[in-house]
Amino acid sequence: MNYVIIGNSVAAVGAVEGIRKIDKVNPIVIISDEPYHTYSRPLISYYLAGKVTQDNMYYRGKDFYKANNVEPILGVKAQHIDFDKKEVVLEDGRKISYTKLLIATGSKPLTPPIEGVEKQNVFNFIKLDDAKAIEKVATRDSKAVVIGASFSGLKAVEALVQRGVNVTVIDIMDRIMPRVFDETASSMALKMLEKYEAKVLLKTSVEKILGHQAAIGVLLKDGREVPCDFIVLAAGVRCNTDLVKGTKLKINRGIIVDTMMRTNIPDVYAAGDVAEGYNFIEERNTEIPIIPNAYKQGETAGQNMAGAQKIFDKGFIMNSMPLLDLSIVSAGVSAPGEGITVKTIYNQEKNTYKKFYIRGNNLVGYLLINDIDRAGIYTDLIRRKIDISSFEHQLGRDDFGFIYLPKALRSQLILEG
Amino acid sequence: MDKSNITAPKRIYAKEDVCIGCRLCEIHCIAAHSKYRHDLIKTFKKLPKRPLPRIVVEEDVPLSFGLQCRHCDEPECVKACITGAMQKDPKTGLVINDTERCIGCWTCILACPYGVIRRDYTNKKVASKCDFCLESGLEPACVKNCPNEALYIKNTVKSHDL
Ligand SMILES: Cc1cc2nc3c(=O)[nH]c(=O)nc-3n(C[C@H](O)[C@H](O)[C@H](O)COP(=O)(O)OP(=O)(O)OC[C@H]3O[C@@H](n4cnc5c(N)ncnc54)[C@H](O)[C@@H]3O)c2cc1C
Ligand code: SF4
Ligand code: SF4
Repeated sequence: MNYVIIGNSVAAVGAVEGIRKIDKVNPIVIISDEPYHTYSRPLISYYLAGKVTQDNMYYRGKDFYKANNVEPILGVKAQHIDFDKKEVVLEDGRKISYTKLLIATGSKPLTPPIEGVEKQNVFNFIKLDDAKAIEKVATRDSKAVVIGASFSGLKAVEALVQRGVNVTVIDIMDRIMPRVFDETASSMALKMLEKYEAKVLLKTSVEKILGHQAAIGVLLKDGREVPCDFIVLAAGVRCNTDLVKGTKLKINRGIIVDTMMRTNIPDVYAAGDVAEGYNFIEERNTEIPIIPNAYKQGETAGQNMAGAQKIFDKGFIMNSMPLLDLSIVSAGVSAPGEGITVKTIYNQEKNTYKKFYIRGNNLVGYLLINDIDRAGIYTDLIRRKIDISSFEHQLGRDDFGFIYLPKALRSQLILEG
Repeated sequence: MDKSNITAPKRIYAKEDVCIGCRLCEIHCIAAHSKYRHDLIKTFKKLPKRPLPRIVVEEDVPLSFGLQCRHCDEPECVKACITGAMQKDPKTGLVINDTERCIGCWTCILACPYGVIRRDYTNKKVASKCDFCLESGLEPACVKNCPNEALYIKNTVKSHDL
């Protein structure tokens, strides 16, 4: 009996901890093409900003592999999986056989179809090596173009302005973080970016990257040129299914898994950004590319690989997206839709914004800017599908808490018995 | 109290019928986490920057009660933490934030079902929550100092966890 995990990030760590809840003995092999001890991916922007050192980016302590009887094979890519022979073939020719396999290969950057993306000084912003490469060119007073005002694009902007780089971020949409933000939220964030002297160009796209070998600027659809020293691509990510494409493993956008994280092939599991698992709010399988989900899917997979019968069917998007001096959190539904009522509270003076999405008697989503305290209570109302009809009018109070819930519900949630 | 044998399910609960909203629990929590440890006068008169209280008191007069971290068996905050700073200590069962590594991203705040993690901007941005007075090695200051015994510790398996 042995376990093999491809990937060495959040889902993989969740799986190791899940396996070890049940099985303290049988060996685990972790394979990753990244040569590093497991690290926190979001910290790459903090690394680039100079706020954490590489030594402090570890997601689990230095003794993690040893303490959990894990053999890490790092810096080596898995080339192929032979599902019949139950072995993983590595790029160096080694063959690793498995009793139970977890595919946790995460996501990969989407390369936008722009002429010249292959030029030097055009970077992705996904991995530690990306941040290290950007670090070399992102000197004080250099000029950067960031393509995509998504969350990770804006984290790159934040890090770059903190390094003293002149940044222009470009997005085709009419607002930033278009998937979670509306006009109001976007304008609050734009004001913050302006304060830090980051330029934002919306409703336009990059036609071409200028320069011979290395990028020296971009040409926009509207004819404008923006000169720069380097470019960061942040056009989004997609499930990294490269390893298993064209095999008998069932893939849609990601690897399709049931609520026990099993794929269609016996003894093969998938978890994290690469998986398409059950989305509790959308009531169908989707990719849910965030850490809390990657961890829980991984943990569930691990427990089941070790023989348990765990179900995880509560996955949904929740994200904290601090941007410069703004605190921003959101969970669940983030756009109006059929059968959904929206409640917003904007306080210009305090510079706070709260938005709730309600479907029937349930809270199904929210967005909070600046006043984010106790947001987890809202997340839990979503997670537990609690009937909010008797206290719906209290949502969004500055002092919102269990005290505004009916006594019986409050007792059930926080008091003992 | 010997912290080494706290088992996971030890939790602090409130009695809302006897809580009078005096917030002495907050005061004593602040002192217990200050460098003057339990010295109220020095904590409040000498410290330029006081620590935050790690208990949340909810109040809608005449109702009030205190709430603090439940050190969950399946802690949402730990599973959500993006850096790995928030961890449950397998020995003590306590959920403790490694403030050296915490970057104040507030993902745990978004995840905690009790709403008991605070944003601490006192020094470096970090998440602040109840640590069961781990460092002082004493009975939690809030429980010990509530004049009405409106907070109590119970060894219970009842947890809010999913
Ligand atoms: C800049 C940035 C900021 C982010 N911020 C947040 C945030 O604040 N909150 C949040 O919830 N999420 C955030 N995310 C998303 C989060 O990082 C992911 O959801 C999470 O890392 C997914 O974990 P995972 O284990 O599924 O996969 P990944 O972290 O993608 O790891 C997969 C690993 O598998 C390796 N691999 C892939 N193929 C192979 C192969 N064939 N052989 C060997 N190894 C392979 C990859 O190199 C990689 O190391 C952020 C992402 C980025 C890029
Ligand atoms: S989820 Fe909240 S209550 Fe549970 S351990 Fe974490 S901080 Fe404490
Ligand atoms: S604020 Fe700190 S403890 Fe909370 S999730 Fe972020 S890094 Fe982890």
